[in-house]
Formats: sequence, C-alpha cells, structure tokens
Amino acid sequence: MSFYNIYHKYKNCSFEELPNQELTKLLSLEAEKSLEAMAQKAKTLTLQNFGKTISLYTPLYLSNYCENECLYCGFNANNKIPRRKLKIDELKKEAKFIAKTGLQHILILTGESKKLSPLSYIKESVKILNKLFSSISIEIYPLSQTEYKELIAAGVDGLTIYQEVYSQSEYKKLHPAGPKQDYQFRLDAPERAARAGIRTINIGSLLGLAPWRKEAFFMLKHAEYLQNKYPEIEMSISLPRLRPQFNNFQTPYEVSDKNIVQIITAARIFMPRLGITLSTRENSQLRNNLIKLGITKMSAGSTTAVGGHTLEKTYIKNSLQFEISDKRDVSQIKIMLLKEGYQPVLKDWVGALQNE
Amino acid sequence: MSDSLIIAGQEIKNRLFVGTGKFPNKPIIKEVLEQAKTEVATVALRRIDLESKEDNILDYIPTNCTVMTNTSGARNAQEAIRIARLSKAAGCGNWIKLEVIADNKHLLPDNLETLKATEVLAKEGFIVLPYMSPDLSVAKKLIEVGAAAVMPLGSPIGSKRGVKTAELVKILIKEIAEPIIVDAGIGYPSEAAYCMELGCAAVLVNTAIATAKDPVKMAESFNLAVRAGRLSYLNATKSSGQASASSPLTGFLQTSE
Ligand code: SF4
Repeated sequence: MSFYNIYHKYKNCSFEELPNQELTKLLSLEAEKSLEAMAQKAKTLTLQNFGKTISLYTPLYLSNYCENECLYCGFNANNKIPRRKLKIDELKKEAKFIAKTGLQHILILTGESKKLSPLSYIKESVKILNKLFSSISIEIYPLSQTEYKELIAAGVDGLTIYQEVYSQSEYKKLHPAGPKQDYQFRLDAPERAARAGIRTINIGSLLGLAPWRKEAFFMLKHAEYLQNKYPEIEMSISLPRLRPQFNNFQTPYEVSDKNIVQIITAARIFMPRLGITLSTRENSQLRNNLIKLGITKMSAGSTTAVGGHTLEKTYIKNSLQFEISDKRDVSQIKIMLLKEGYQPVLKDWVGALQNE
Repeated sequence: MSDSLIIAGQEIKNRLFVGTGKFPNKPIIKEVLEQAKTEVATVALRRIDLESKEDNILDYIPTNCTVMTNTSGARNAQEAIRIARLSKAAGCGNWIKLEVIADNKHLLPDNLETLKATEVLAKEGFIVLPYMSPDLSVAKKLIEVGAAAVMPLGSPIGSKRGVKTAELVKILIKEIAEPIIVDAGIGYPSEAAYCMELGCAAVLVNTAIATAKDPVKMAESFNLAVRAGRLSYLNATKSSGQASASSPLTGFLQTSE
C-alpha cells in the first residue's frame, strides 16, 4: 500500500466527488463565506497546540546542477545559468555566516544530479553542518530507503519534499525530461524516509500549477496518510506559491491570498497538530498576517542561490532558483514576531542526537 | 505544621509546577515564575540553546526554581535516555520530566518505553518524574524502578480539556504513596484546584498560562487555585471511601455493651 493507491482511486473525480466530507467542505467554494469563522477556529487550535511560538529556519543551497527540466524552475537543465557546487571551504564560510544569525535549523538544497552532487557529497556536507546547527533537513532529489538511512546516520533529521503537483497529468506536462519524470518514486519518497527513521517530514504542493482545491485535498490526505501510518513523525506541510523565475513561466492557475488563507485554516482544522511552513516566497505583509492563522514555521534571511550569502554578488544575481519576496533578515523577522506577540524559536531540536 | 512537598529529599512549598513552552517571549517566563512563586519549572532540552549567550532560556528561570528538563521529542526510551544524559552534561541538573511520545497525532505517552527509560535513568542517579497515561500497574512499576513521583495526564497535552482521567487519577492517589502530579490537560485554575482537592501532590501547567491573554495574571490565578485546592484537601470533611478514624460514629456501641 502506498499513497499512490489513494491518489489513483480518486484522481479522476471532480472536486465535488472526492471523499472525506469534512475536508472537502473546508476547502470548498461554499466555505469561503465562513472564512472568518474558520480563521477564528484555526487560531484557537494553533494556540493550543503550538502556543505563541514560531520556529525559524533558513535554506542553504549546496548545488544547482540539475538534470531535470521542470518548466517552472530557474535551475531547469535548459537554463543557461552559471552552475556550481559549494566547495568544502565555501560551504564552511556560508554555514558560518548563517550560524552567526543565531539560526539553528537549516534546510540544505540541491538540484537533481546524482552525478554532480552525489550522496557522498551531501553526507560530507551534513557532517560539517552538524557542528554548527542543531537540526538539518534536506530538500534534495528523492532517495531510496537505504540512502535515507545513510543520511540520517550522518545527522539529517528532517525531509522536505514537494510533490510539486499532485495532478499526474499536469505533472507529466511540467516535467518533460529527467529522472523527476517518475511521479510515483517522488510521491513515495516521504514514506521511504519514514521507514528509514526520519523525525520530521514536510510535504507540499507548488500552488499555481493545477486547480488548488484538489491539490490541497491530495496534499492534506497525503499528510494524514503519513501521520496515521507513522505516528512518530512530526508532520508538516508547505504552501509554496509560484514565484517569477528566469524563463518567465506563466502561472497556469492563480491562487489568491484569500485562497492561501483558506488552505491554511482548513489544514489546521483538519489536522490540529500539523506543522505549517511559510517561506519567503510570500511578501512580508502577508506573512505577518498569516502568523496568527496557523503558521508554525517560517524561513528567514533566505537566498535561493548557491552560496547566496558569501559568494560573489554577480554570480548570485544570475543564478537564483526563484526570486524571494520577503527579504527581511533574521533579526528583522525576530523583531516582527515579538511585536506580534510570538516567540521566535531558533532551536527546537537536540542537535547530533544520533551521533552521541 | 509544614505542608511542604518532599521530592528526592527536596522541600517544595509551592505545588504549582510550570512548563515554559509556548510563551510569547522569554522575559515573560521569568515574570510568570516569579509572580507564581513557582519552585519547579520544566524546560525542554530541545529548546535550550547553550551556545547562545544573549538568549538562553535558562537565564529566565529564577534562581530559587529547580529546573526539570523535559525530554520532549523523544520517541523511545533510548532517545529519552540520551536527552537526559545530554541535559546533565550540559549542566541542567538531574531532575528529568520524562516524556516519551511516539504518537504525534494525540501526543499520548508511551508507558512501556517510559518505564524502560525510568529504570535506566533512576539507576544513573536522575530524579525521574515520568509523564504517563494513568495506569495503576504501570505507575506501581515506575515507582518500583525508582521514579520519584508519577505524572499522569489529565487529558492530552495542550488540549485544555480538563481532568478527564479523574477516576483513574483518584486510584493512583489512593494506591501509591509517592507524589501524584497531574500533568497536561489542565485548562483552568478551577481544574487545578480540583486536582488538589482530589489529593494530588502538585499540578504542572503550561499551555493554559502561556497562551492566556495575560500569562502573569493567569499564573497568579493558578497559584491561588492550587493553594485553595490544597487547603480544601487538608481541611474538608472526608467523603465516604476516605473515612477518617478521628471520631467514630459507632463507638457508643462498645460502652453500652
Ligand atoms: S525544481 Fe528541482 S528538479 Fe526541477 S529543475 Fe528545479 S532544481 Fe531541478
């Protein structure tokens, strides 16, 4: 049994025909009329389960080599951007820069090239980062269960992997070449990581690639499936919305701020203990407003370029994966959170627990 | 007469224990603990940043307060034991609020793993206060292997549903000589008072204080409620099942015989 079986069963249903009345009701057009009531309920549930705290993390791009041609991404193999992989001394410099901000949770990213940024390189990087950070998550190409085990042993405790788009037909169109074409291998990745003993899993759907109600439905069913089957996992979701990239990919299905609010509040009511992550893809004003509705984790001081904090400025400018919107640094985000009555949490895991 | 609670030889006057998670900022934690005159506060090791000089949560715990490290995040006995050891090595003392949770959906404790970890940690000299689902036989075994007290849940962590397990907690209080401390689920001061009236040795409160409109005032309210409940417990006429031998009602039978 895999989540694919569930997806497969309902993939051709219209939104109205989907099962799980509670969830479809929350995500329905009809529910937009009760958005304020949903928001109030979501706020209460979030306070009860997470209190007045928001965890902070930041991405660290290791490499932008990629064999895939995801139409929406700046690292698309066809894009003529300068490619590189952080050398060990560059990684140390970048990591030290981030550690100085006080952040303890880091998300490392690569494009998909097992040849140019192999597992051995990622493991080596993790070992270096272990010394500076208390929690390391990965957002890299999907791995086998044994490979996830190796990374966990090296010190990784969290996995972020977005299906990008649950609609398999859209997925096919958006991923015309490369290993990422294997829809199910990606869909089952979180489950393989769970079996390997990962602590936290963050999944997501890149909003804007397909009609969002059905996308949100499958994303939340996926989260529920994983949480029920692996209750020891700290489950969370992300709500990345498409941002402008170099190849000017046009967002096929617009998702409004109102829609984002509906997804967040529906997710909170459907799974009260679910972590909800909000990245710097969204603008500062919207991020400030969404905190109260159910967000539990935010990125801060982000860059989407390899070595984006410490490498040469000209290189960085030409090699962004996408443009971020909220450009505030860590201390500005901390001040904003405190002003809103929320404690910024910079450390929420016991680093190197596995390696004791 | 002193009515102090004694745990591991330490005298504790205030029976309101406070958890330090979920607060809107760190300085307010200090105010809360001071205002409530709390003597035992739990801090999750996962949140302690020993490297950070400017913003270490331990700096906000008043000096008269015993820090009880919470093993939150531990999914099994082995992880809990590691967290406890790390805590001691980091200089956080040897009081452990043992929390082993393998179920993130409901946050219910794993009694079996908790028992295993208690045994190992107690042998290593830790003062172990295990958080558990109120099960009498597990509670007895926890004490047998060296737990200093037992902390049954009132209802799931953060749920603010009150003391839904009251009947089971009452049995623990009756059958176990060591302190029974209700941990989790207490949403209002009246519920804390109720726990004390039942005969709990103390209560541990976090969410209800941390997420209140004014956490400092709420802490004060809990403090008063815990004291009121304790006074009531000590002075109320006992109901049936808790009969006291002080004034027998059938004594006259012996004299008239
Ligand atoms: S989304 Fe990932 S896999 Fe696709 S092109 Fe970008 S970096 Fe490569």
